[in-house]
Amino acid sequence: MTDIVITGIGATTPLGGDAPSTWAGLLAGQSGVSRITEEWAEELPVKIAAYVKVDPSEVIDRVRARRLDRSTQLALIAAQEAWQDAGLTWDKENEVDPYRLIVSLASGIGGLHSLLNNWDAHRDKGYRRVSPFTIPMLMANAPAANVGMAISAKAGVHTPVSACASSNEAIALALDQLRLGRADIALVGGTEATIHPLPIAAFGQMQALSRRNDDPQGASRPWDRGRDGFVMGEGSAVLVIETLEHAKARGVTTIYGTLAGAGITADSHDIVQPDPTGAGQYGAMNKALVDAGLAASDIRHVNAHGTSTPQGDLTEAGSIRHGLGEAVDGCVVTSTKSMTGHLLGGAGALETLATVLALRDRRVPPTINLEDPEPDLGIDIAANVARDLPEGDLAAINNSFGFGGANVAVAVTNANVTG
Amino acid sequence: MATTEEIRAQLAELVNDVAGVPVEDVQLDKSFVDDLDVDSLAMVEIIVGCEEKFGVTIPDEDSKNLKTVGDAVAYIEAHS
Repeated sequence: MTDIVITGIGATTPLGGDAPSTWAGLLAGQSGVSRITEEWAEELPVKIAAYVKVDPSEVIDRVRARRLDRSTQLALIAAQEAWQDAGLTWDKENEVDPYRLIVSLASGIGGLHSLLNNWDAHRDKGYRRVSPFTIPMLMANAPAANVGMAISAKAGVHTPVSACASSNEAIALALDQLRLGRADIALVGGTEATIHPLPIAAFGQMQALSRRNDDPQGASRPWDRGRDGFVMGEGSAVLVIETLEHAKARGVTTIYGTLAGAGITADSHDIVQPDPTGAGQYGAMNKALVDAGLAASDIRHVNAHGTSTPQGDLTEAGSIRHGLGEAVDGCVVTSTKSMTGHLLGGAGALETLATVLALRDRRVPPTINLEDPEPDLGIDIAANVARDLPEGDLAAINNSFGFGGANVAVAVTNANVTG
Repeated sequence: MATTEEIRAQLAELVNDVAGVPVEDVQLDKSFVDDLDVDSLAMVEIIVGCEEKFGVTIPDEDSKNLKTVGDAVAYIEAHS
């Protein structure tokens, strides 16, 4: 089977406006969480979130931004960086064959700000104040479609939606498309921008969000006994993947790693709670291993879903133990959500990106705020400081799980594909 | 009562705000679509913006006939 390699990366996140600054922040154990300064938070029990460090208004011009939901703006910024990082030119047609180029870029929730701001306008001032751009701004495939137009992708523009597993599913979908020979190159990733009173209130009503309002940077604390929910983050991460043949043919010099496989399962258990047996979660990990042709003992690192919820973290620790068996002892686990918060539909892509860079640099970013770990987790967590990985061939898994019972594990290996 | 030039200048600001067209390009003889590259959805925003800015009501059946900047300014002068 043809190798699918990663040749470009881009991101705009709570830790930085691009992939290098995000990665530096992750390795340094920085938190991107802060108090919500907008007035609406005063009435809510949750007053913290992880905003992007560089607001998109600093990057995208005002007139253009008026027609794009914040989630699409973030996706365009990350996509442009990834595309250029892969040695390609943004807004230029036919640099690669457009009929062999796909976009698979997800959002878990879609253009939420556009939907709700226009509803506010409609309710308060009448239908004439509803923007004619509302629908193309709020639709879930708007980020993928706008990115696809920028790079002239004509072999398909996809937006799989599976809540917080969405962007890992987008990566898995594109991997299959390339393996099936339906395209040579793909721009994959995810985006989310949902720091708005409605989702903060709604997730808050579910008791899913941390209320550690007086200690924002300590609020996301996966596997710590003091954890009390996730912190909502926003941002986007994008990768360029292509067949090794295509990369070689166009003279690519930087290969970050290989997208080795993916595994998808569905819990079919509960609309929000994970199956407590973890069967769907470790099932996805096992399928990713089989798909990648890897053994559990090859996996030296897992970037966990690790959202910092009381039950979710425990279930996943069990799933990782079960999925890797005895090999769990040689595997360094982390949750970068301890620093970025939870990017929902953008999480899988950001964490796959972090996993790829961890293998490249042989260094796993820490899980910060892990001061009082749950006992008997049975997984080796990179607690509070970054950890080194050994020399030689490395493989890793990134887990993403979503409401609705979606589980998607993505397997990557470091770049020993020069032949 | 605002003069024709005052209405044109205010409309130019609106067109700039919605579609990014330089204010100096928004002259009475210019067609929104053909000369200023304003698309149909942006035109809807401009019409609604005129209603707010000039206190007029521009029904959909009338807005269709506002092809040039001059058409819009004349409509506003006649209805405000």
